[in-house]
Amino acid sequence: MRKIERKDIEHIAKLAELDFSDGELEKFTVQLDRILDHVARISKVDTEKILPTSHVIEIKNVFRDDIVKKSIPKEDALKNAPEVSDGGFKVPKID
Amino acid sequence: MTAHELHNMLVKKEISCADIAESVLSRINRVESKTNSYIRVEKEKMMEEAAAVDEYIGRGGRIGDFTGIPIAVKDNICTKDIITTCASRILKNYIPIYDATVIKKLKEQRYILTGKANMDEFAMGSSNENSYFGNVSNPWDTERVPGGSSGGPAASAAAGEAVCSIGSDTGGSIRQPASLCGVVGFKPTYGAVSRYGLIAFASSLDQIGPLTRDVEDCAGLLNVICGHDENDSTSINRKNPDFKSFLKDDVRNMRIGVPAELMVKEIDAEVKSTVNAALLKLEELGAKVEEISLPNLKYALSVYYIIAPSEASSNLSRFDGVRYGHRNKEAKTLREMYKKSRSEGFGDEVKRRIMIGTYCLSAGYYDAYYEKAQKVRTLIIDDFRKAFKKYDVLISPTSPTTAFKAGEKLDDPLTMYLSDICTIPVNLAGLPAVSIPVGLSPEGSLPIGLQVIGDILREDNVLKAAYNIERAVGFDKKPNIL
Amino acid sequence: MSKKYESVIGLETHIELSTNTKMFCGCKLSFGEESNVHTCPVCLGHPGSLPVVNKKAIEYAIKIALAVNCKIREYTIFHRKNYFYPDQAKNYQISQYDLPLGVGGYLDVDMGDYVRRVGITRVHMEEDTGKLLHTGRTGRISESVASIVDFNRGGTPLIEIVTEPDIKSPEEAKEYLIRLRNLILYRGVSNCNMEEGSLRCDANISVKKVGEERIGTKTEIKNLNSFKFLQKGLQYEIERQTNLLESGGKVIQQTRHYDNNTNMTKVLRSKEEAHDYRYFPEPDLVPMHIESKVVDEVRCTIGELPAEKAERFEKEYNLPKYDSSFLSNDKKVARYFEDCCKLYSNAKNISNWIMGDFSALLNKEGIDINDSKIKPANLASMLKIIDGGKINSKIAKSVFEEMFKTGESPQVIIEKMGLEQISDGGLLEDIIEEIIKENPGTVKQYKNGKKKAIGFLIGRVMARTKGKANPKMVNEIMTKKLK
Ligand SMILES: [Mg+2]
Ligand SMILES: [Zn+2]
Repeated sequence: MRKIERKDIEHIAKLAELDFSDGELEKFTVQLDRILDHVARISKVDTEKILPTSHVIEIKNVFRDDIVKKSIPKEDALKNAPEVSDGGFKVPKID
Repeated sequence: MTAHELHNMLVKKEISCADIAESVLSRINRVESKTNSYIRVEKEKMMEEAAAVDEYIGRGGRIGDFTGIPIAVKDNICTKDIITTCASRILKNYIPIYDATVIKKLKEQRYILTGKANMDEFAMGSSNENSYFGNVSNPWDTERVPGGSSGGPAASAAAGEAVCSIGSDTGGSIRQPASLCGVVGFKPTYGAVSRYGLIAFASSLDQIGPLTRDVEDCAGLLNVICGHDENDSTSINRKNPDFKSFLKDDVRNMRIGVPAELMVKEIDAEVKSTVNAALLKLEELGAKVEEISLPNLKYALSVYYIIAPSEASSNLSRFDGVRYGHRNKEAKTLREMYKKSRSEGFGDEVKRRIMIGTYCLSAGYYDAYYEKAQKVRTLIIDDFRKAFKKYDVLISPTSPTTAFKAGEKLDDPLTMYLSDICTIPVNLAGLPAVSIPVGLSPEGSLPIGLQVIGDILREDNVLKAAYNIERAVGFDKKPNIL
Repeated sequence: MSKKYESVIGLETHIELSTNTKMFCGCKLSFGEESNVHTCPVCLGHPGSLPVVNKKAIEYAIKIALAVNCKIREYTIFHRKNYFYPDQAKNYQISQYDLPLGVGGYLDVDMGDYVRRVGITRVHMEEDTGKLLHTGRTGRISESVASIVDFNRGGTPLIEIVTEPDIKSPEEAKEYLIRLRNLILYRGVSNCNMEEGSLRCDANISVKKVGEERIGTKTEIKNLNSFKFLQKGLQYEIERQTNLLESGGKVIQQTRHYDNNTNMTKVLRSKEEAHDYRYFPEPDLVPMHIESKVVDEVRCTIGELPAEKAERFEKEYNLPKYDSSFLSNDKKVARYFEDCCKLYSNAKNISNWIMGDFSALLNKEGIDINDSKIKPANLASMLKIIDGGKINSKIAKSVFEEMFKTGESPQVIIEKMGLEQISDGGLLEDIIEEIIKENPGTVKQYKNGKKKAIGFLIGRVMARTKGKANPKMVNEIMTKKLK
């Protein structure tokens, strides 16, 4: 496996919407490299004819009938919101 | 005392719910400052509710197994109108707008909520040192960790700050702390308990389960919390058995396999010998014990540390400061708000796992990491499937070590991750498993847990084996804190 | 566009289904209501909440996939598409990825002198986002100071239909979308209202030198939310790309936004900063195995498609091809036509009226045939009255207009307005004699061999009778009298 470099960490942090200081970036580069190097040992397992498992229990076709359920009161919807404006969730300028 | 003992006294009117609540509360007042088992104790509500239940019983109301029993609930399970934090700064003030399905079921029983139990932030950790609300200490030795991530539920049950508790288990988060705190901890078959209202860590692995002082209470709580839920698409649709009916005093001809891969060099000698002693007792009772090999189990830790963080990275992206949770108020733009809120809101371990998961799913790495892990997961499941053709249950240590010192593994995430080598394979395969205390370490007088693993939906075998081990071993030690 | 270049176009169309509830929760679908009143823990992405698939949405999705001739995949699953945006409650969208519901379909688009077969790559299911309101003077995102999110729409079942790059011109693109919209309206699974956003279209477009194999660099245009915008936006973009290439420039792969005020496309973002969606199978939902039996059942509930219906009209009612496709294009018109046919046997007469005066009036008023006051029974009886000679076709126009206005039966209108045709030979003879007396000059011209002059005289008769005279009889009597 490829060695994890600082620019990888910066890229991943951007995707994950996380912000790191220089020191944190250094620390995470070292730690993630070690962890990913360790878990990469599975690359040697032969899985050529093996299907991936997403669900351990074989359940299929779980559906809900198209029947309206009562929604929650608007106050409940907004009650945890850090900032509300005009009955909606307010966010800063989209960039 | 156990819930079933208290239940009998309630039925016989030898005690009231208020009495029970009061004694639990006085225990909390005495030891909570040492254990920090709770993020939030519902002191007043507890007494009010106990009085209400007494009144209900007085009117001739039905007394269920857990009616009036004070139970601690891990703080990643949503309780309507009661702050639920997941031990994270990001949810410090979050008030759920609905009850988790397990809470609804407990409320039908008229349980008493003692409070929201402490945990590793977002259930990520094996030592309960990753809580925004402080570490939890082990009631057997407050210098030591209680295990994690259900450190609060385990410590509160062990220290008598609750009669029993509800936790969640993604890679061992019920069983490992149960083992380190000397209580019984059960992870049911994936899909047996609804995940609706459980704040997700890794959706394909998470499962809610009980932590109790004996196997009977464990079976009793399974009766309450298991069952199909139409709000959870992964919930198994079948009629609940009576889990207590499996507590039978007979293990003759029970076929027990001991996976060599779970008795490796990482396991402490004192843990191995204590587990082996328990196995010997089972053999004496007529069980057939054999060593077996599940070769792909050696990859379980790697598979887990790809799958769980990957799912977590996606599950935790909803914490963005828009609809709920912590928001950085200074941010001028949306992206800045996202980054600052999340970076301030999440602790290091959570960030670490989000980063690992994001990497494993990202363009160019998905096949080598996430998909590959899902394939090796298939091999691990196949190993178990083969084993359960020959054996009724598999037995191993729960944790490779007894409770370790706080801070000991904090700087080394990888060593910390090894705490879960025996429990992780079970989650990957969705199996039911329990940890029960089988002795104290000769050196530190710390509890040692044994893990019993069953096939999918074979809670019956797991409970039966656990019940017999419990009786054969007769573990009755109490933590020092008492 | 320069003759040297040709365009390659692919369309991605999103259609909101008209189920009662959202894709993954029981909240009611709504439009134009107070913000955030149709929400719950699931569609607000609250911690611990879980999605459950709406069965009706799957059925509707199968209907759409079948409408564009897709194969329905037997094993299909949902994926998570991860990206942060405030209109997304979970910061991932539950969507489909490499195992979509429908694959390998096509749609034949009739362009008049040729038919373009447009390949359908995939039909997949997903959930819609909430709505963003940008505060600030213009309401535009670029000039906004903040945005406000409303999750009423969040979680609405959405179908995405992706074509192959088979479309060759803006006109074809427009016709494709019209045809697709009709097909879906036909199946009653969406109201396809483009103004309300229940049908939305993005286009991928590139141009290349005629005859060149290699496809040029493409751009994606968003916000083509009317047939007109689709056509105009594509026209602009083709011109822009062609000019770029002609002047030696290069097309850059980017996402552009069509501005219908300026009729231009503008850069939204370049592909370099494109998202990495980190798709993976949605662990909160289980796989779907759609058995062929289920697909057959859905197929049975669908009924006839427009093309099938047109073919049947041609055979069953002996109609010209043009009439058949006109009548079958809109399901309601087709039903109206057939209702009339049950009451009156000359289908071509019915068709003429529907395609002619009726359509003109409907268009003018902007209403549906179903909402017109003229019921099939009244149209049928009017046609019978014409055939019986009681009114002529010119008078019928007035009767029809009156029926359209009031909804009264033709009999009532004819009586009320005294429109009955005069077929009384005696009465007509008297009027004709009067006219002959009054116009000696014209009569003279006629008798001198200018046969066309008779037309003027007949016209006078019609005028005097206010058009009610039986034209055939007038002609006969007049000719006789002038001998
Ligand atoms: Mg889409
Ligand atoms: Zn909802």
